[in-house]
Amino acid sequence: MKKLAKVLALCLAISMIALCFGACGGTKDQDENKPADLKVGFIFLHDEQSTYDKNFMDAAKAACEEMGVEYAQKTQIPESKDCYDAAVELIEVDGCDIIFADSFGHESFLIDAAKKYPEVQFCHATGTQAHTAGVANFHNAFASIYEGRYLAGVAAGLKLNEMIDAGEITADKAKMGYVGAFTFAEVMSGYTSFYLGAKSVCPTVTMDVKFTGSWYDEQKEKEAAQALITGGCVLISQHADSMGAPTACETAGVPNVSYNGSTLAACPNTFIVSSRIDWTPYFKYMIECVQNGKAIDADWTGTIETGSVVLTDVNEKAAAKGTKEKLEEVKGKLLDGSINVFDTANFTVKGEKLTTYMADVDTDAKFEKDTEAIENGVFYESKHRSAPYFDVEIDGITLLDRNYGE
Amino acid sequence: MAKTSETKHREPLFHVVKRDDMPEWKAWLIRAITILVGFLFVGILSMAVTEKSLGDTYNIMFTGVFGRLLEGSTTMLWKYLQEIVILLCLALALTPAFKMKFWNCGAEGQALMGGLASIFCMIQFGEKLPYPVLIIVIAVTSILAGAVWGVIPAIFKALFNTNETLFTLMMNYIATQMIAYYVYIEGGGSNVINPVPYGNFPVVGNNDYFVNIVIVSVITVFMFIYLKYSKQGYEISVVGESQNTARYIGINVKKVIIRTMLISGALCGVTGMLLVAGKDHTINTNLVGGQGFTAILMSWLGQFNPFIMVLMTAIVVFLRLGVAKVADTSLLNSSFSEIIVGIVILMLVACEFFIHYSVKFRHNKKEVKA
Repeated sequence: MKKLAKVLALCLAISMIALCFGACGGTKDQDENKPADLKVGFIFLHDEQSTYDKNFMDAAKAACEEMGVEYAQKTQIPESKDCYDAAVELIEVDGCDIIFADSFGHESFLIDAAKKYPEVQFCHATGTQAHTAGVANFHNAFASIYEGRYLAGVAAGLKLNEMIDAGEITADKAKMGYVGAFTFAEVMSGYTSFYLGAKSVCPTVTMDVKFTGSWYDEQKEKEAAQALITGGCVLISQHADSMGAPTACETAGVPNVSYNGSTLAACPNTFIVSSRIDWTPYFKYMIECVQNGKAIDADWTGTIETGSVVLTDVNEKAAAKGTKEKLEEVKGKLLDGSINVFDTANFTVKGEKLTTYMADVDTDAKFEKDTEAIENGVFYESKHRSAPYFDVEIDGITLLDRNYGE
Repeated sequence: MAKTSETKHREPLFHVVKRDDMPEWKAWLIRAITILVGFLFVGILSMAVTEKSLGDTYNIMFTGVFGRLLEGSTTMLWKYLQEIVILLCLALALTPAFKMKFWNCGAEGQALMGGLASIFCMIQFGEKLPYPVLIIVIAVTSILAGAVWGVIPAIFKALFNTNETLFTLMMNYIATQMIAYYVYIEGGGSNVINPVPYGNFPVVGNNDYFVNIVIVSVITVFMFIYLKYSKQGYEISVVGESQNTARYIGINVKKVIIRTMLISGALCGVTGMLLVAGKDHTINTNLVGGQGFTAILMSWLGQFNPFIMVLMTAIVVFLRLGVAKVADTSLLNSSFSEIIVGIVILMLVACEFFIHYSVKFRHNKKEVKA
């Protein structure tokens, strides 16, 4: 009994001390927490484990530090009401003036929050509804990443050419593999531009595509990459967010064109180059707009010119010789408009040239095709809205499976 | 176990003895201290990882849960209450089954099925039925869906004495996959069902969650009375203590098992409805988010008493939200909060163990009756 009393006394004493600390710290904290001029709140689907989210997180840090504004973040926020709750929390608790969410499925919940807090600006990556939703403080943003993928495709094509020249493969065996998440426009636009980039330097190239049905599933992505390699693909690229495909390539010694950022550290022998969207320009843009009381574009598209579409350094060890120089050349042509990625002269659909295509640009329940995307022989991607809408299946690319969601 | 062996031979180093002699006030004191120590532990560990002062850590936890309450904004307080009532409702749903010693590990799936029924009605009948009728249809179908998902293992248990733990657990996976399939059908090109504007619970005074909170409050009181004062509640206790005794005094054990699981499943179904019609207005496989399993612990820690469960869920939800905010503020990985909450729950469980049992060491009989 005495022993118990002693333990009790000790515990109480410790907790009293803790409470004192709490009280002191509390007042100190309030002094420090003077209302900042501007605070940005970020909502991320996963955390830094995902290359997709890490890309946003790095940009958020860089932009906010450069602009000298505070920021708060919520990670692991699923595409559900949790996103709404996270936005409310960032506003109510952290006092954020701008809310940014990084995943497609966050959109509807963010719009709900935007309606509830009209004085706060809401920005959303990859979404499609802002230009038709009519909510003044809700904005979409994306980048013309298809141009980055095209460049990455050029690097892949050069590598294939090198393999053909070295006699490792014959020209008709130049088959690439692509691990995609879902059979959506965002992914289709990506792999098609990648393929067209490769084809621009290696005309005999073909490509197989497999879908995992998830943006982040390391095991599935690994298995898909392995299956593609087994199926005769001599080069792999991916549009999914884990390290699954790059590590499978490193293990098998198959060259890999990556996405979202460099995977050089984990794949020193097979990583060629990676395209990614640098969100720093957009973050800086939205902060500047709010600071200066200007309206943020409802639908903002970053480009190579704005610094939103970037390539990592080329890994000389894995890439073909002269890749860097060639990429600079093609980049220049993309910038001056002498190359259009989806030029209908460069691809066919079922053996025929595409002359007209109605794309589903305005979001509606029935996925109605509403906008003519082809002008002067070019399919203009990201022109009518920032998020991709190119969803044509072109010749030379074989879809081994399809996945439209769970 | 309760009988200490008189023989001196082969006595183990220590053994565990059940004790019934601890006065209520002392048990509560131990619990209170455990919770205090738990909070202290949370603070110190967070402090160590985040390099913030202990005071800052508690301050962040407080604002993370209550927001700008002191400045008059109640938004976060309501959200906190909402989180409590969901976990509480699941714990309440499990309690009658647990009291009967029927290990219902299927709250997750039963709630998912309730949610599935809700979203189905909202989408299918949303435009066609007038609002009050729609709400009734949603309520009835959700309750039925949860009850059916709960009663299937009960029927097998009653008739064939199958293992209900495994059975209910497996039913969770089926429910999850059914949701996944439904989202695939309804979600069209994306894997998301956008919020459905029909059949949402009314917003009372700018407060989205008021209805949910009222419903669960009523269920809490109902469950307390049902378990403590009703004949059925007594039957549940008897079946839980000894099925043979129950049979001897003329209780139809099979009937009690099935009836109780109908109630348990129905209440889980209600939780699913609260989540879909009262909160998310859409569905995904993560609707319940593992709370069906946390609720098992809540029911136990609440000692099957609904009012103690209110307290326990309030503490656990406070920890979960508060530590998550600490993790967010320090740009830590969100797994941090799950680890911390897990450890504190473990501490609470351990404390219950030492309240109900004492550990006796060999050659140390003086300390036994402390």
